[in-house]
Amino acid sequence: MKTDELPMTPARDEPDYLERDRSLRSWLLTTDHKRIAILYLLSLTGFFAIAAVAAALMRYELLSPRGDLLVSDLYNRLFTLHGVTMVWFFLIPSIPTVLGNFVLPLMIGARDVAFPRLNLASWYIFMAGGALALFAIIAGGVDTGWTFYTPYSSTYANGNVMAMAAGVFVAGFGSIATGLNFIVTIHTLRAPGLTWFRLPLFVWSLYATSLILVLATPVLATTLALIMLERGWGVGVFDPRLGGDPLLFQHLFWFYSHPAVYIMILPGMGVVSEIFTAFSRKRIFGYRVMALAIFSIAILGFLVWGHHMFVSSQSVYAGLVFSLLSFLVAVPSAVKVFSWTATLRGGSISFEAPFLFALAFLALFTIGGLTGLFVATLPVDVHLHDTYFVIAHFHYIMVGGMMTAYLGGLHYWWPKISGRLYPARTAQVAAVTIFVGFNLTFFPQFILGYLGMPRRFHLYPPEFHTLNVISTAGAAVLGVGYLLPLFYLVRSMLHGRPAGANPWRATGLEWTVPSPPPEHNFAEIPVVTSPPYDYPPIRS
Amino acid sequence: MSAGAPLVVAMIDGVMAGASRVSPAVDAIFLALLLTCGVVTLGVTAFVLYYLVRYRRSSPAPRPSQRWPEWVWETLWTSATVAVFLVFFAVGARVYLRMETPPADAIPIEVIGRQWMWDVRHADGRREFNAVHVPVNQAILLRLSSEDVIHSFAVPAFRLKQDVVPGKTTTTWFEATRTGEFPIYCDQYCGTAHSEMNGVVVVESAGEFARWQAAGAHVGQDPDRGARLFATYGCAGCHQRSEKERAPSLGGLAGKMVALADGTRARVDDDYLRESILQPGARVVAGYGATMPSYAGMLSDQDVSELVAYLKRLPADDRRLASAP
Amino acid sequence: MKATVSVPLPYADAAQRDRAGQLGLWTFLATEVLFFGGLFGSYVVLRHAYPVAFAAGSSHLSFAIGTTNTLVLLTSSLTMVCAVVFAEAGRRLAARASMGATVALGTAFLILKAIEYHDKYVEHFVPGSSFQAAPGEPPQVQLFFFLYFALTGLHALHMLIGIGVVLWNERRVAHAVADTPIGLSTELVGLYWHFVDCIWVFLYPLLYLVARP
Repeated sequence: MKTDELPMTPARDEPDYLERDRSLRSWLLTTDHKRIAILYLLSLTGFFAIAAVAAALMRYELLSPRGDLLVSDLYNRLFTLHGVTMVWFFLIPSIPTVLGNFVLPLMIGARDVAFPRLNLASWYIFMAGGALALFAIIAGGVDTGWTFYTPYSSTYANGNVMAMAAGVFVAGFGSIATGLNFIVTIHTLRAPGLTWFRLPLFVWSLYATSLILVLATPVLATTLALIMLERGWGVGVFDPRLGGDPLLFQHLFWFYSHPAVYIMILPGMGVVSEIFTAFSRKRIFGYRVMALAIFSIAILGFLVWGHHMFVSSQSVYAGLVFSLLSFLVAVPSAVKVFSWTATLRGGSISFEAPFLFALAFLALFTIGGLTGLFVATLPVDVHLHDTYFVIAHFHYIMVGGMMTAYLGGLHYWWPKISGRLYPARTAQVAAVTIFVGFNLTFFPQFILGYLGMPRRFHLYPPEFHTLNVISTAGAAVLGVGYLLPLFYLVRSMLHGRPAGANPWRATGLEWTVPSPPPEHNFAEIPVVTSPPYDYPPIRS
Repeated sequence: MSAGAPLVVAMIDGVMAGASRVSPAVDAIFLALLLTCGVVTLGVTAFVLYYLVRYRRSSPAPRPSQRWPEWVWETLWTSATVAVFLVFFAVGARVYLRMETPPADAIPIEVIGRQWMWDVRHADGRREFNAVHVPVNQAILLRLSSEDVIHSFAVPAFRLKQDVVPGKTTTTWFEATRTGEFPIYCDQYCGTAHSEMNGVVVVESAGEFARWQAAGAHVGQDPDRGARLFATYGCAGCHQRSEKERAPSLGGLAGKMVALADGTRARVDDDYLRESILQPGARVVAGYGATMPSYAGMLSDQDVSELVAYLKRLPADDRRLASAP
Repeated sequence: MKATVSVPLPYADAAQRDRAGQLGLWTFLATEVLFFGGLFGSYVVLRHAYPVAFAAGSSHLSFAIGTTNTLVLLTSSLTMVCAVVFAEAGRRLAARASMGATVALGTAFLILKAIEYHDKYVEHFVPGSSFQAAPGEPPQVQLFFFLYFALTGLHALHMLIGIGVVLWNERRVAHAVADTPIGLSTELVGLYWHFVDCIWVFLYPLLYLVARP
């Protein structure tokens, strides 16, 4: 690192990070974690829109059991597009790269992440992966499903599996770089006095998430590389014709992809912990256990991948072990739900939009988590496996949980990010609309799955018709709910009232700097002397 | 899970009433989970709502101090959660081990999955497509294999599911406890027509099953045998709709001239239809691959005649061809 | 001393910068272990399934080249350690010479590897349409060779990158001014080099010594 490129100490009265230099060049070459967060925000919104349109088309198609709108090949390409884009180009990067990038250094009293240029490189790597994936889509799409199961993906599928797998492969290195950056940042750049057990829970959750990103993503990279080799070369370790093992692919894939589920929920848990304390003006219940729960989920999450393979013909005893571990990984989640509930007791609660999103998260995550018990129970999973029950279960976690937490966090930190306030009432309406629309969309899918409707089904028997129509109606409501923030948040950038440094009167170092923050965050590095969430006693 | 009610109603209605030896145990665990999770969800919801109202910012209610230290609560709810989970794990494991152990007297049936049909071969040489005839109250051992990609043989009414993996033979078993017809789905995504890789388990009384066995290749005696054959052999799986990638639609073909893949033309008459069933690769219609398997040896001469008769009656653009029941 | 060395943002001082660099590289190496882990996992599963085929495949590898390469790489790690010690002591010329030796040994490794690849190509052991199993050997020998090429290929790629960063660091040491932290950068490059070496220490027995009594 050449010493002349970055200033040694920030100037006093720096302009804020948005005003500093408005040129496109300065944005595309920025090493400021806040600007990189904005770059991610914009690109992720684009990927979310693509994946959401695919979902909308699927729901529209499923209005009819006979498949009147699309041919099966197109439908199959749509659900693959939806899955790949949502998982790798929206959910996995969402909270870490947008909210994490923006507030992590602010929360720990640092002037940036540990490796600012690596941070910018992560975005470019991610975008290169995204470009490859978009190419695969435009050039005809892929119909393997986001899980790329062999030998379908390696031998039989006739779409652009190569380009799509390459896109996910490349984007993975962006994830690894972000995870590495966060781990080192949290270890080395904490402000004086900010001990581990004074860290906000969001920082804990980002730390655990980063560990998973760093340790699981490379296995996905290897697995995708093996698929590409097998497809290109005609030989591979998954090919049953040569004695290879298609189930080996599933083991490797889920060794990554189950921990990836926790990449897609742990940061959300961190965000709602911040929101629950801020809007009940009370310290979080059981801070240390909450932090340890995040860690035990991250660690146990590496040991449960086999529960995706209960009916794949893996050994009965492997099934038993994975079932037991899957129950155990649910324990810390249950503890967190109880602790959030207990946090509300004796608080001073105000119902701002971020809090409504956090409440929605609590309800949806509880249902998503509890339905996880159904599929962790071996004989019940045999019945529910690969049906819409599973679809509903993981959408309650990933969309009801993570997407809701992402929106909650975005609404919570938006005044910090933009320096402006959004219309409070409209935001509350959006939160309620999303909650109602989500349940209407996905609750019927639990019943569909119980009745036996398989996932990835284009045509379906007429007895499933009514529930599918309800689900599609819910998706329309959900769509409106997701569109609302797009309008009022953008509008608030131009017309919103100035927010001030701390509109929620919350604790945390990020609220001690002006909104929007100056380029180097802190004119002087703060010294921390108090525990987290140190709210004054509530007078009734 | 307040909206759990419809699930229970659906079960009581018998839409999904179990029909196998293991289904009552599976359903019992499912119901127990549903009740437990329902109670937990309602409990959490009640506490949250109570706190939201009582401790809203404008509320004058006194804010209580913590009576017990946090670790007391944490220990309580962690151990309660672990205990409940372990009970469910243990009960599930017990039932699962039973589900995974086929009875010694189970009758083997071989099922081959291929894109996109189930090819079923009985021990006595009978062969069916997308249908499995079995006697009631008799354990059946399924030996599953795949000729191409991974499929999954699922019969929801039997709470049965097993992936069908190329390169190995997987087994599962069931014992139907009610007569009737129960749908089979492919539950593992397997390509274009994954959602049409359906079938039916026909559970018959011992007497009916014996008659079916004795009838040889004859599937039924009613006047619409051609239609029944068309359905039973799963022809509709590929020929049902006008998806160009797979197979030509068959409506209104009789007597027409069609262009062939080799550049020549052919008239669709009895001979052509008969040849297309028995030697499908001989004269393929332009624009399609030679993907259809031969049905020679599976269909009797009479079967072929009745199928041809059925095909000639089909009106143009009829999308309601007989599909698998 | 350290307090007078100025470091760029976001670091407060040189100690913090060094700690970040070290932890960053160790974290990166953890990622790398898992990156190879998928292939090692595949090896374990398939060798467990086809022990005879794996022994047969291994017997076709050149024990001489594999062993020589092991010695070459271990020696290169020694020269790399010397480079780190010299760089931290400020002996720039000795450090540069050690890195030169490391690069030379690494290149020798890759040349031997290329010769071995060529032999396997001539003997039709490259998986794919040209693969021909030796008479009387099971067809899964092809899977062994698939893993052989995947593992050693990925390792060779890491060697190339390693040679690149050692060369880059050699230039950096050559042009260093007073407060350039050459000790840190040489240490980090050295860590990476040792990691790549370590991987080979696992590859050598798993690939070359399977069939040896």
